[in-house]
Amino acid sequence: MNQKIIFNGIILILFLSFNSLNAQDEEKKSNQDFELEIEAEYRYFYDDAAFNNQKQHFPSIAFTPEYSLNWNKGYEALNFTGFFRLDVDDERTHWDIRELYYQKAKNNWELNIGLKKVYWGVTESNHLVDIINQTDAVESFDGEDKLGQPMVQFTYTTNKIGSFDFFYLPYHRKRTFSGEKGRLRFPLVIDKDDLTYESAAEEWRQDVAFRWKHYFGAFDVGLTHFYGNGREPLFTFDQLGNINAFYPVINQTGLDLQITHNAFLWKLESIYRSAKAQDFFAMVAGLEFTFSNIDGNGLDIGLLGEYLYDERDELALNALQNDVFFGSRIAFNDTQDTSILIGGISDLESSSKIFSIEASRRFGSSWTAEVEARVFSNIDFNELILSNFREDSFLRFSISKYF
Amino acid sequence: MKKIVFILIVLITLGIQAQTSEELGLQIAKAAEQADLGFNSSTVNLKMTLKNKNGQTSERSLTTKTLELTDDGDKSLIVFNSPKDVKGTSTLTFTHKVGSDDQWLFLPSIKRVKRISSNNKSGPFVGSEFAYEDLSSQEVEKYTYKFIEEKGSLVVVEQDPVDPKSGYTRRLVTYNKDKGYRFEKVEFYDRKNALLKTLIYSNYKIYKNKFWRAATFTMKNHQSNKETILEFSDYNFDIDLSEEDFTQVALKRIGS
Repeated sequence: MNQKIIFNGIILILFLSFNSLNAQDEEKKSNQDFELEIEAEYRYFYDDAAFNNQKQHFPSIAFTPEYSLNWNKGYEALNFTGFFRLDVDDERTHWDIRELYYQKAKNNWELNIGLKKVYWGVTESNHLVDIINQTDAVESFDGEDKLGQPMVQFTYTTNKIGSFDFFYLPYHRKRTFSGEKGRLRFPLVIDKDDLTYESAAEEWRQDVAFRWKHYFGAFDVGLTHFYGNGREPLFTFDQLGNINAFYPVINQTGLDLQITHNAFLWKLESIYRSAKAQDFFAMVAGLEFTFSNIDGNGLDIGLLGEYLYDERDELALNALQNDVFFGSRIAFNDTQDTSILIGGISDLESSSKIFSIEASRRFGSSWTAEVEARVFSNIDFNELILSNFREDSFLRFSISKYF
Repeated sequence: MKKIVFILIVLITLGIQAQTSEELGLQIAKAAEQADLGFNSSTVNLKMTLKNKNGQTSERSLTTKTLELTDDGDKSLIVFNSPKDVKGTSTLTFTHKVGSDDQWLFLPSIKRVKRISSNNKSGPFVGSEFAYEDLSSQEVEKYTYKFIEEKGSLVVVEQDPVDPKSGYTRRLVTYNKDKGYRFEKVEFYDRKNALLKTLIYSNYKIYKNKFWRAATFTMKNHQSNKETILEFSDYNFDIDLSEEDFTQVALKRIGS
């Protein structure tokens, strides 16, 4: 991301914060907090690489500093989260300002200015509705890591008809792809700077988004609309086999719905995205059921099932076009917060399957350890995207220390 | 003749007791509720110490905000300050006098708010000896009552949970009727009606001349020999919170 905007943005946010901090002398009592996470990670891809120069062993280290300052009884705050990772893959070596924003809340409204993360959605296997932040695609395979998005967010909450979020998004951030040494890439290394924009304003296109979120009884419902540079690049192939990749201007309407009834959570996310080059519908629908406190000692076993549909078919970037997901979440509710998530996605039209297991546990009061495995099994050669990853099953171990 | 009179008196007394022990129990529960009415809102910091049967301890700290509602159950926000890996994890609970509570969880790492089932009442809260139901707002409607005995200022009432998903057949609650019907002790009997846990309230302080709050809760599990101690500090009854401080937007704010 452009150094200049970061710099200007930081100046603006600090200016807003301190200006307002000074104006509130009588309520000056402020709280601040600093925290640092250092994570050592090792990823091992046990199959021989599909493409030249790809490595098998990926030791890595990441730093996540966090700083927060709040005053005016917590109704005003400045929050910062940074991120830096050093990795074997040059593209995975990256830094980011995950968040740096000034926040002010008063009665039934809230204003946020700066780089921020916003999450929308209810399902587990795919996050269709979530569109505000660009995915940090080199960071993790599940797409849950995000880049900080510059924004002005205004939230208005009503008593009877839910909350309304208005977003002004002045700058688009491109997705980073694995470098030459990295796994989970295409035969051709994609440099993020080679991707162009449909919009003449490029990354400076001024984008907007809106969300309405409400709950009544067992229902939690969200309706969203986004208009701007898409977060997913669009790949088109000409007759000579050349790839043309660019960020289209999209209109995306999203719906997320969850019904919480006893131990059942019924979930639905669906989107309709339209652009000049492509219109499509996609959805995830499923349920989660939890057997809680099975042994009288806190053991919870949750069962998850979701169906995934994407009208783009094989062009769907995440390859989840007509698939089912089954999973289980096991939480021991012990003092170490031990938990395990097991899952599998199976393509209903081919042999392709992806299995995953993620487990985590705390040690002492300031250490955590995680184990993750992703297995690409019987990936169909005809899968346009996924076939490139057929040799990219991996194991990941990480240990974090919190200061 | 004396004997007959005596038997009659005993019978009448027993009869009255049998008729009124439910009513008397309910009356005491209502008196306790009445005594604590009008606190409006409060915040408090909480240190939780978990002890296993070998005496090893682990700690967590939280902040709780509560908003009193009279027509329905209270609203509360809980945010974790430590252990550091779960810092910012927060829950928003709307307690209902009748029916299941509404509850949302905020996960700070991905900024996700998730509505969660409040079905799991009997499960332990973050690995402690407190079940979710032990920490939720104590609404009169959630139990049926039976007066057991009175010893000086102490009154013992049996409380049977209305919700079949409760982990208990009954609780024996000791109230102090001279101190605003504050809780002194609760004994929890499991689904097999065996004594499971004892909760002792100590280091009471009175706030605003009316609201008794214990600074220490000690929960002992007799079956596992584990123990959890809650230490409350910095009670604030002047915070003047409103409904807007107990929304999903506020949940995200407090966890960020």
